[in-house]
Amino acid sequence: MSSDTLVDFDEVLTRYEPVIGLETHVELGTASKMFCGCSTTFGAEPNTQTCPVCLGLPGSLPVANAAAIEATIRIGLALGCRIATWCRFARKNYFYPDIPKGFQTSQYDEPLCTAGHLDVEVDGETYRVEIERVHLEEDTGKNLHVGGATGRIHGADHSLVDYNRAGIPLVEIVTRPIPGTGAKAPEVAKAYVTELREILLALGVSEVRMEQGNLRSDVNTSLSPIGSLEWGIRTETKNVNSLRSVERSVRYEMRRQAAVLDAGERILQETRHFHEDTGSTSPGRSKEEATDYRYFPEPDLVPIAPDEEWVEKLAAALPELPAARRARLSEEWGISPTEMAWLVNAGAVGLVSETVAAGAPPADARKWWLGELARRANDAGVDLAALAVTPQQVAELVGLVAAGTINDQLARQVLDGVLAGEGDPAAVVESRGLAVMGESDELVAAVDAAIEGNPDVAEKVRGGKVQAVGALVGAVMKTTRGKADAATVKRMLEERLLA
Amino acid sequence: MEFRPSMTTLSRNDVAHLARLARLAVTDEELDLYAGQLSAVLDAVAQVQKASVEDVPPTTHAVPMTNVVRPDVARPSLPRDVVLAGAPAAEDDRFRVPRILQEEA
Repeated sequence: MSSDTLVDFDEVLTRYEPVIGLETHVELGTASKMFCGCSTTFGAEPNTQTCPVCLGLPGSLPVANAAAIEATIRIGLALGCRIATWCRFARKNYFYPDIPKGFQTSQYDEPLCTAGHLDVEVDGETYRVEIERVHLEEDTGKNLHVGGATGRIHGADHSLVDYNRAGIPLVEIVTRPIPGTGAKAPEVAKAYVTELREILLALGVSEVRMEQGNLRSDVNTSLSPIGSLEWGIRTETKNVNSLRSVERSVRYEMRRQAAVLDAGERILQETRHFHEDTGSTSPGRSKEEATDYRYFPEPDLVPIAPDEEWVEKLAAALPELPAARRARLSEEWGISPTEMAWLVNAGAVGLVSETVAAGAPPADARKWWLGELARRANDAGVDLAALAVTPQQVAELVGLVAAGTINDQLARQVLDGVLAGEGDPAAVVESRGLAVMGESDELVAAVDAAIEGNPDVAEKVRGGKVQAVGALVGAVMKTTRGKADAATVKRMLEERLLA
Repeated sequence: MEFRPSMTTLSRNDVAHLARLARLAVTDEELDLYAGQLSAVLDAVAQVQKASVEDVPPTTHAVPMTNVVRPDVARPSLPRDVVLAGAPAAEDDRFRVPRILQEEA
């Protein structure tokens, strides 16, 4: 075992250059599975969405899902790929309890899409990520490990398998190795997955809910000494399923690998697992036990030959892609590229756009998503999109503030309620009694009480020290527990003291 | 697809490797037996290589068809009790399988 210590990130870069690469799996949002008619609904009771085909029972025959093929071609087109004119499925043979057939139906040397690219931006700099291939395959079942510590496979006594997920269409998007990112490697990795996710959302081919595992990335990282002509040995961190974790896993691997190399040891080519809680990786299955998948063409499926006319039609019908949309929105919202980059980094472009579409002014939508909501997502350690609040609810919140029903401070309390699942903002205002007080008897009483309770301050104000009124406003806000409107309170105080 | 030309002889190691991939417990005597038998099978298949195929396009399938697809429509699945009735063991509505990872020393 090599040194457990990690090298400081900045120090890593004084000696080594990283090369990263990503293999991203996307569960398509089709209604039925890849090769059979079983439903793909998430969260169904275990083993209620299976049939002879996806269970691999003898005599069953697969038939490819037309919508999944179309979705894969559209992803390829959006990434600027070449679309194959003829390709086949292949069997990837291995035994594991989550693949009922003893092989995964995948694609091998004839992927549907090849040779594309995706440009991502980090801190104003554009990095071109070359896409090696996009191919179509099927997802595996889900293992539940019993008898070990906290459901981990290590130390488990036995495992339980749910095959509902087995056979759901899965698209694998593989980048070529990405050199030359230096200190930005972790951010480029995150930016790539973020941009890919935006494209998939724009295409409407997947729900891309990372927390449900719709999108998961295997993140390859290697280091080589600066100036070296050869790339180092890489590790592959499997199934990283949040944008934040993609960045953290690269950062951690760079620091860990630097420590190993500094100690004069070799990096093991292996798969590793990322741990959300500690932000670290640990070794998984070693690749030294050479994988031998004995791929061969799937005899039960005929080749796929997308005809040119169809592909052209799909290309013409592609929606506006995120990069073009961002350029347009920057102009519509009147914001700079840097401000747009903040939104992109926060994963907030779509959220803000939907909030605006739901009626909020762009500036307010941005303020809430980049401010209060970003802070809460960060505190909870989740991506912005995973917060339990919808753009429509944020728009409603903005509307309530604009109408004077609540102020910003109350709005934050309303948000507490929305995030706690108490309903839409107006309902939370109602149930928690959070509306701003009008010039009610209660507020008049509070204002009068503040003047009576602070005669010295009141006298100063009367004597011309107008700014001293702030202390009285504060007193009123305190007695009304923030529910009064500060401007109204100030005006009422001034009417009484300066008239 | 990778195509390996006839090797005509399979070694004991080749057979042991294949057996391990197929999760088959093969005894030492069987390794010798199967190495001989499988080599004979390979030889038989290798006869194909003698054919002149210059003018023959590669064939994937016995039927010259492409794009056999079905519309994306969900259909009823099997009832769970029927599904699990075929499992060697079931627990909590799931297939029960033996320990996956062997403990390492």
